[in-house]
Amino acid sequence: MPAARSVAVAAFRESVRDKVFYNLLLFAVLLIGASLLIGQLTAGQDVKIIKDLGLSATSLFGLFIAIFVGISLVSKEVDKRSVYPLLAKPVRRTDLIVGKYLGLLITLAVNVAVMAVALYGVLFFLSRGVPANVQQAWDAPALDPALLTAILLIYVELAVVTAVAMFFSSFSSPMLSAIFTLGVYVIGQFTADLNGFDQIVHARGAIALAKACYYVLPDLSRFDVKIAVVHGQAVSAAYVGTSIAYGAIYIAALVLAASAIFSRRDFK
Amino acid sequence: MQAAIRTRELTKDYAVGFWRKRPYRALDRLSIEVAPGDIFGFLGPNGAGKTTTLKLLMQLIFATSGEAEILGCPAGDLGVRRRIGYLPEHPYFYDHLTAEELLDYYGRLFGMPAADRRRRAGAMLDRLGIAAERRLPLRKFSKGMLQRVGLAQALLNEPEVIFLDEPMSGLDPLGRRDVRNLILELRDQGRTVFFSSHILSDAETLCSRVAMVVKGRLAAQGTLGELQAFDVRGWELIVAGAGEAIESRLRGRARRVTRIEGERYAVELSPEAHPESILAELTAAGASLVSINPLRATLEDLFVRRVAEIGDGARPEGQHAGR
Repeated sequence: MPAARSVAVAAFRESVRDKVFYNLLLFAVLLIGASLLIGQLTAGQDVKIIKDLGLSATSLFGLFIAIFVGISLVSKEVDKRSVYPLLAKPVRRTDLIVGKYLGLLITLAVNVAVMAVALYGVLFFLSRGVPANVQQAWDAPALDPALLTAILLIYVELAVVTAVAMFFSSFSSPMLSAIFTLGVYVIGQFTADLNGFDQIVHARGAIALAKACYYVLPDLSRFDVKIAVVHGQAVSAAYVGTSIAYGAIYIAALVLAASAIFSRRDFK
Repeated sequence: MQAAIRTRELTKDYAVGFWRKRPYRALDRLSIEVAPGDIFGFLGPNGAGKTTTLKLLMQLIFATSGEAEILGCPAGDLGVRRRIGYLPEHPYFYDHLTAEELLDYYGRLFGMPAADRRRRAGAMLDRLGIAAERRLPLRKFSKGMLQRVGLAQALLNEPEVIFLDEPMSGLDPLGRRDVRNLILELRDQGRTVFFSSHILSDAETLCSRVAMVVKGRLAAQGTLGELQAFDVRGWELIVAGAGEAIESRLRGRARRVTRIEGERYAVELSPEAHPESILAELTAAGASLVSINPLRATLEDLFVRRVAEIGDGARPEGQHAGR
C-alpha cells in the first residue's frame, strides 16, 4: 500500500508541524519538578513514586494525543475539504484511513519513546549516589528494564484508543467522537468487572447489557501493569504477548470497520 | 470514438430533514457525453447540480442511480484516477505544507519517482506563476494563489482529462485571462477539459460544447453554435452619414433606430428583415456602413429563459424519489 505509506508520512509531518510534540516539554518539566520535590519529601520512596508518576504521565499525555489528534486527522480532512483533491488521486479510502492511523502510531511511538528516555534519565539522576545497600532494599532497581514492558503495553493501549477515536470520527462529528472515545476509555478500564456483573445483580436485562459491553468494548485494564512493575512484580511474557495480540485484533477490527464506513460516506 | 466522459441517467438524491428524512433530488437523470479533446463547459446557476455532478464523477459522493464513465472506465476506477486531474471549487490544502511540499505529497500518491516529482512540481509552479512562493506555507496564500496551487496539483500528473470546478472563481481579471490561456493550451495539447461555471462569458470564449443544468436537470446540450443558432434575434447595423431622414425612411421596417452620436445611427432589424436590401438603400442615400452584427441570444439569455421554463418544476418530482 504505497499510498497508505505516503499518507502516514504526511500525517506524521502534520503532527510535527502542528506542534503536538510540545507536550513533551510539559512532560519533562512535570517529571523533573516532581522528582526535585518528591526527593525532598520522601525517604526511600522517591524512585517508586517517580516511576509511577512517569508511567501515569506517559499514559495520560499519550491519551490526549490519541483522542484529539486521532479524531482530528480524519475529520479535519473532511471538514476543510482537503479530502476532495486527495481522493481524486489514485488513493483508496481505505489507504487514507490506514495511512492516517499509521501516521499517528508513528507520532505516538516517538512521543512515548522520548518520554521513556526522559523517565530513565530522571531515575538515573535520582539513584546516582544512593548507597548500594539502600538500593538493594528497593522493590526493583531504579533503571529496571521491566519499565519498558509497562511502556510497551501503554503504547498498545494508546494504539487501541487511537483506533477507537478514528472509528468514531469516520462517521460522527469531532465533538461527539471525543465524548464517545473518552467514554470507551473510561468504561474500558472497568470492562473486566462487567464479566462478573451477574454475581451482584440479578436483573436479566442488566446482566445481558453488561455481557454485551464486556464483549464489545475493549478491556483496557489488561494493558495497565504499572503497579506490578513499580513494585517489582514479574509480568510474564505470555501475558504481554496475549495482551499485544488482543490489542492487535481489536485494532484490526476497528480500522476495518472505520474504513468500511468511510468508504461508503458521501462528502457533501 | 470512445467518449472522454459519459454519464447515463445519473441521479443523486440526498436525505434532508432532521427527524423525518425526505429525499431531495440534487441531480436528475443527467446524460451527457464529452468527446476527447473538447473543452466542455458545464453551466448553470448556483445550486443547479454542477458540483454534485463533478463530485459524482470523482466518486466523492455516490450516485443514487445511473452511471458515470471516464475514459471508458467506471468513475472511481483507480487506474482512471492516474489519468485525470481535478480542481475542486474553493480548494483548500494543508496549512502546514508549502506549495512545493504539497505537490511532492500528491506526486508520491501518483507513484512518481523523486526526480519526476521535482521536475513536474517545478514546471507547474512556474507555469502558474507561483514559483517565487514555492517555499511559503499555504496558510499565507491568498484565495487567488490557492486557486493557482489547485490548478498546479490538478495538472501534476499530465492528465488526459481535467475537471475544473469553477476555475475562475476568486481570480482577478489577470488571473482569469491566465486560466483561459491555460485551458486553451491544454486543449492544444490534446487534453479534454471539463469545467463548470456560472459565468457564461467564460464558456463563450472557451468552449467547443456546453451543457446547461438548471435545478438538477439538463436544460440544453450542444455546441455553442447549435445552442445559439436557434436564437438569432435580429441584426444590428451601425451606419454613418445617413442624415436625419433615416428614421422616417426605415419606419415600420426597423425595430429601433438609435442616434449614437452626430450622424452615426444604430439600426436594429428583426430576424426576418433583409439587412442586405436595407443596407443597399441606405448606401444609396449616402450612408456608409460602420458595422453589421447578428443579434444572437447570449448564453446569459438562454440561461435565464431555461430557468424560467423549468421554473420550480424540477425539484418536486425529484422529491418523490426513493419513496
